[in-house]
Amino acid sequence: MPTAIKPHRRRSQPVGMTYQFLPEVKKYTTKMAASGETMLKKPHVGKKRKPPTRYWEGTEENGKNDGKKQKEGDNNKQTPQQNKKRTKEGGKRGGAGEKILSGKSDPFPGSAPVPEEKLKKFKRGEKGELPPRPQYKLRDVVVRSEAASDLAQKQNARYDLMLPEDAGFLEGDEDEDTCTISQDDIADAVDITAGAKYFNLTLSQFGPYRLDYSKTGRHLLLGGRRGHVTCLDWQSKQLMCEMNVMETVNDVKWLHSEALFAVAQKKWLYIYDNKGIELHCIRKFNDVLRMQFLPYHFLLATASATGFLQYLDVSVGKEVVAICTKAGRLDVMAHNPHNAIIHLGHSNGTVTLWTPNQREPLVKMLCHQGGVRSVAVDKTGTYMVTSGMDKKLKVYDIRSYRPLQSYFLPAGASCLSLSQRGLLSAATGDIVQVYRDVWGTPVTKPYMAHRAKGSVWGVHFCPFEDVLGVGHGEGFTSMVVPGAGEPNFDGLDANPYRSAKQRQEWEVKALLEKIQPELIGLDPSQLSQVDHSTWEQRHEDRVQALGFDPLAKEKFTPRLKTKGRSSSGKVEKRKKQVAHEDQRDVIRQTVEDRMKIDKERKEKEKKEAAAAGQKSALDRFRK
Amino acid sequence: MKVKVLSRNPDDYVRETKLDIQRVPRNYDPSLHPFEVPREYTRALNATKLERVFAKPFLASLDGHRDGVNCMAKHPKSLSTMLSGSCDGELKVWNLTKRECVRTLQAHEGFVRGMVVRFCGTSFFTVGDDKTIKQWKMETPGYGEEEEPLNTILGKSVFTSIDHHQKEGVFVTCGQQVDIWDEQRSSPIRSFSWGVDSFSCVRFNPVETELLASCASDRSIVLYDMREATPLKKVIMNMRSNTLCWNPMEAYNFTCSNEDYNLYTYDMRYLDKPFTVHMDHVSAVLDVDYSPTGKEFVSASFDKTIRIFPKDSGHSREVYHTKRMQHVISIKWSSDNKYILSASDEMNIRLWKANAAEKLGLVRQTVLFLSFTSSVRTSSNLQVPGIKSNVMKERWISEQCRMLTINR
Repeated sequence: MPTAIKPHRRRSQPVGMTYQFLPEVKKYTTKMAASGETMLKKPHVGKKRKPPTRYWEGTEENGKNDGKKQKEGDNNKQTPQQNKKRTKEGGKRGGAGEKILSGKSDPFPGSAPVPEEKLKKFKRGEKGELPPRPQYKLRDVVVRSEAASDLAQKQNARYDLMLPEDAGFLEGDEDEDTCTISQDDIADAVDITAGAKYFNLTLSQFGPYRLDYSKTGRHLLLGGRRGHVTCLDWQSKQLMCEMNVMETVNDVKWLHSEALFAVAQKKWLYIYDNKGIELHCIRKFNDVLRMQFLPYHFLLATASATGFLQYLDVSVGKEVVAICTKAGRLDVMAHNPHNAIIHLGHSNGTVTLWTPNQREPLVKMLCHQGGVRSVAVDKTGTYMVTSGMDKKLKVYDIRSYRPLQSYFLPAGASCLSLSQRGLLSAATGDIVQVYRDVWGTPVTKPYMAHRAKGSVWGVHFCPFEDVLGVGHGEGFTSMVVPGAGEPNFDGLDANPYRSAKQRQEWEVKALLEKIQPELIGLDPSQLSQVDHSTWEQRHEDRVQALGFDPLAKEKFTPRLKTKGRSSSGKVEKRKKQVAHEDQRDVIRQTVEDRMKIDKERKEKEKKEAAAAGQKSALDRFRK
Repeated sequence: MKVKVLSRNPDDYVRETKLDIQRVPRNYDPSLHPFEVPREYTRALNATKLERVFAKPFLASLDGHRDGVNCMAKHPKSLSTMLSGSCDGELKVWNLTKRECVRTLQAHEGFVRGMVVRFCGTSFFTVGDDKTIKQWKMETPGYGEEEEPLNTILGKSVFTSIDHHQKEGVFVTCGQQVDIWDEQRSSPIRSFSWGVDSFSCVRFNPVETELLASCASDRSIVLYDMREATPLKKVIMNMRSNTLCWNPMEAYNFTCSNEDYNLYTYDMRYLDKPFTVHMDHVSAVLDVDYSPTGKEFVSASFDKTIRIFPKDSGHSREVYHTKRMQHVISIKWSSDNKYILSASDEMNIRLWKANAAEKLGLVRQTVLFLSFTSSVRTSSNLQVPGIKSNVMKERWISEQCRMLTINR
């Protein structure tokens, strides 16, 4: 009997959905507990409730009550909406009241709702207008692709609820500043593996040190000013190589994987492998002071003491471009991870933005009075933090190039670094301070602080870990900064636990997806926008392809006629005749157009007059 | 003090034993995946390039005819069998898997104009310039037996095309009029004409089996219902259509190949304007055939190329040509949707892949990775020699128009 089969099949779906729904229910209950004021308004002594016969009857009622009472609380705004939505969806599928096999109505009809803010996180761009109905084919294509992207967005948001890890945090007791909590206290309070992430390496001979973490956050590269270069797996403290290059080391940088790194030495740029074997000495890159690696483009950008900004394609080993910035010594550099644009800080207080495609800076911003000491850009490419010789720390919105906040640090910050979750570390002398949310409300106190043993030379947040690496005169300190790292990594992008095989696989895929340097620009999504070429442009292209203008007016050449009718006078006359005719056509056209416009205007006036002719009650007051 | 620090248990992220597959935790947060658009573009570009690298569409050439091949017919029951008729009246039956001719017979004097295999696959009909319709057995005659038609009908005028009903013993021919024949009779059971002197092609609808469509030499396409005495509808175009083919899946649509270098897809319910105009050929289109899925069709042209069009698209997705292939007269898409057969002037039948980059034969698992959308592909990426390219075509047309402009 078909009617018996149908409800049975329907039942299996909501059962599956309740599983997905569970974390959400949990979330609401925690939120309700948090908004304590509204809870207090409830009378202490209420009617005694009967215990619910089914567990969902109880929860649903609760949800409804809260929805009614706490309408003001924005936390619970969603609950009534969702209830409504759920019943609506249920109605579409044949009514919430539809009986299933056991005789009870389905308590959770339809699919589980997804919270709005989760959906917003995965939204890409605004929905465009649908093309008009006559273009039904295009309309169909647009509708289908939008439905597909909606589905993807929803699935992503659903998956987001199931991510395994939560971000770290640090909260002080009452009247206790988090910045007074020492690293030792934190290391004691957390579990033993996390506590082991706070450690010091005493390397007083060859300092001060610069450092770099690999993209997965597993490997650490240290470069001492006096030539000491070492790389290690910092979690297991396993040394991969250690050497002294017997030269000044200006900067060190991992390339795309932990197998290769670049060292900017006194004169040239060198590439080593993780056993410390020198692979290349690149003589085209001299006097390099700072380096940045663009992982998706396989480009190593270097800034030199001679004022050159150079790009090296590490996948083929060729110099892409060398730009003379004409701005003197370049020792402040950062890259925007969102659009791969290089930010350079200069001694006259400006910050310039560069791509390999343009010999002039894209943007030149005056940020400080006095020189710029350090620049950092956040992961989403929204904010830029700069510090200068004027002892100021400034935050800019680099979508609109507008200053957001300006802080005064008594000693000024020499190094800046931004973590994946937006913590800012600023080094002043031998003190490292970590600030939280510097672009929102003005911050008065640091989130954490730590005094290193020597003056700080480089700070770097470790990706996917709550760790800040500090290179200083006396070696290296690994600080624990709760809440710094992204808790959930993507296994296909940067997997700290990948095996050698997985790394090889990733490397091949990454190389296949290498983005060409020509595609670097301020807006990385520009490629997805429709290029509306104008009619003139298209016409120009057509003319170029054809070799002549197909729409150009044919020049009149009179035909040769016999019997004296092709005398020069006659020919002239014929030419004139044709020219007159053409002119008459043009005049006729313009007159017609003008008449049409006149007619339209008159009609409009007539209509307005008719509309005005209707008497209004207020007309009597008119003079 | 309350503190929590990220501390991952490696057991949650690495596989337990070597026999397990690797764990790959995902996080779809867009901020962890920068440059999605340029990366997707790069991927699509690579896929398209690889597809072009692997594009080797030409499979085989079947030679043996001693004159230009004029028509072909598919076997409804056997994928490996194909029939072809040439301009000297010779008919050949081919085995496509072995790529050899299995049977040759002299069917007509003069051209073999049309061929069709009966729906059961046991016999086939041919029409020729000698004003006859002949029915032949599909089986090869035994040793010592003579090649003789089962049946011969002598008509009044030359027949140009023939098609057979999908289910019944009825077939249709066209020439000076459209005739419907019963297999048992020697005179037509019905004749249609609509003030036209000759027809070039007639086709039964594969779904509404009583419907017919024909191309006439007065630039019109006429639709008929076999059960009625008069034709149904007529549409007159600017230039003559050579052949037409019904879409086997959406059988209310048909596509006709026109002399004005274009193909036109019509919905038979709304004949006032074509559904889609398929442009790309640079000379008259001579034949058209749909894929069995109804998603695409292939056209043969006087410009010595074959083009494959998606049914909705105004431009072709693929063009096949070789140095030696001359004017392509007849084209067929095989019933398994994998191959295309083209018959051309220079006595050859060519076998092509329908999907140029497809790997034939045993597919190993490692090869199955080309699943990206190739949004980057445009037909302008296809290389076409000489006058076959579109810019050249436009230039040529403009030159023609220029010459034709009236000198006042």
